[in-house]
Amino acid sequence: MLEVKNVAKSFNLKNLDKGKFSVIRDACFNVNSGECVALIGNSGCGKSTLMRMIYGNYVCAVGKIYIDKENILDLKAIEMSILRKQKMGYVSQFLRVLPRVSTIDLVMEPLLDQFESRARAKDIAETLLSRLNLSSKLWHLSPLTFSGGEQQRVNIAIGFSKDYKLLLLDEPTASLDRENKRIVMDMISEKKEKGSAILGIFHDKEVRDKVCDREIDVSNFSAS
Amino acid sequence: MEQILKAKAIDKKFGSVYACDNLSIELYTGEVVGIVGESGSGKSTLLNCLSGSLVPDGGNITYLDRDNNWLDLLSLPEPRKRNLLRTEWAFVHQNPRDGLRMAVSAGGNIGERLMAIGYRNYSQIRAEATEWIEKVEIDAIRLDDKPSIFSGGMQQRLQIAKNLITKPRLIFMDEPTGGLDVSVQARLLDLIRSLVRELGLSVIIVTHDLAVARFMANRLIVMKNGKIVETGLTDQVLDDPQHSYTQLLVSSILKV
Repeated sequence: MLEVKNVAKSFNLKNLDKGKFSVIRDACFNVNSGECVALIGNSGCGKSTLMRMIYGNYVCAVGKIYIDKENILDLKAIEMSILRKQKMGYVSQFLRVLPRVSTIDLVMEPLLDQFESRARAKDIAETLLSRLNLSSKLWHLSPLTFSGGEQQRVNIAIGFSKDYKLLLLDEPTASLDRENKRIVMDMISEKKEKGSAILGIFHDKEVRDKVCDREIDVSNFSAS
Repeated sequence: MEQILKAKAIDKKFGSVYACDNLSIELYTGEVVGIVGESGSGKSTLLNCLSGSLVPDGGNITYLDRDNNWLDLLSLPEPRKRNLLRTEWAFVHQNPRDGLRMAVSAGGNIGERLMAIGYRNYSQIRAEATEWIEKVEIDAIRLDDKPSIFSGGMQQRLQIAKNLITKPRLIFMDEPTGGLDVSVQARLLDLIRSLVRELGLSVIIVTHDLAVARFMANRLIVMKNGKIVETGLTDQVLDDPQHSYTQLLVSSILKV
């Protein structure tokens, strides 16, 4: 489903002297459908950078990244945004949403983008939010005022509302309590069974042991 | 994936200064493109050239109309161009006063656009006007009030209702939330976003506010001195900017 081939990344801060940093070189790996793969390595070794390149959030100038046999580096911006909507979900550590939009509307949005009916989208969103133990009293509020753990669960609900072929998870359980962590692990396992390819960063070893089939050590691709 | 608007090698000079210097841009159906850059970078001039309110010095602009014909906009007869502006296009101005008639009632402002495309039945016009004024979250009892007694945020929402009632395909927006309170801005942006999705609109939005661009646009074009210095997926341009000017712009955002 996902194939990363000879990918390298450097940042070039052009307004600074010596602003050029190489982060990753010659990264090669793949993730199959129905498989969950963990990116591991020390903080700063480039795990999130690699994941952001796959999502198209960071520019990838060297190498190839295939999603569903298509090299995403050849795609135009519009094609990439369609590919994201259709095939790729991304749960980041941080919630970044428009202020004053209700939680339920945010979770419904990816579904409406794919022309689900409002009623069905609402149904799916409510089921997800209940499962993640977010009280229905909160659904009509903007999540920007929520606690860290609640925000993270809203992010998870947004990313899990559809059955994406590829799901990218950047520390999805970092600020969750035991009970909610268990629920998220169950949700990841279910997505695997449904055939999603999942690439994740999980600092929690328990989560890795429970849901991941393989680990890839990103420090092996370190450019320094 | 279908294109709806194509502009090639647009030049526009004011005196000896290029406001648009050999700019090419294409827009796809359902795409929201943001144009950002500092004041004087030429972004509004580009928008005005694309929407036909300014005539460029060089280049060409083509538009795919409802009947699937590519129209050459720069040689299009004036009546046809006016007709496009009333039916398939819309222009949302930064200042609602530029897009509304302040001495005509809110309902009249909206209904006018329907009449321009041939609506004659008064009760039908009123019914649609009521529907739209509620869609933009203005109470329907305000239909007979003049926009001059509306707040700035209401005026802007009215302008949007007026523009969208004829179900245009292509919308040009010049700083649509520029003069508004931040509290009003977020709701208005969300409204525009859901309408864009519901109606499958194509949008070109000019803004100097990168936060507005992030939430509205799929794709971003960064302009400086009349040139496009960078373009790409919005979050990619903002999170991993490549050009030194974009890097400066992004790193200068104040965070609260």
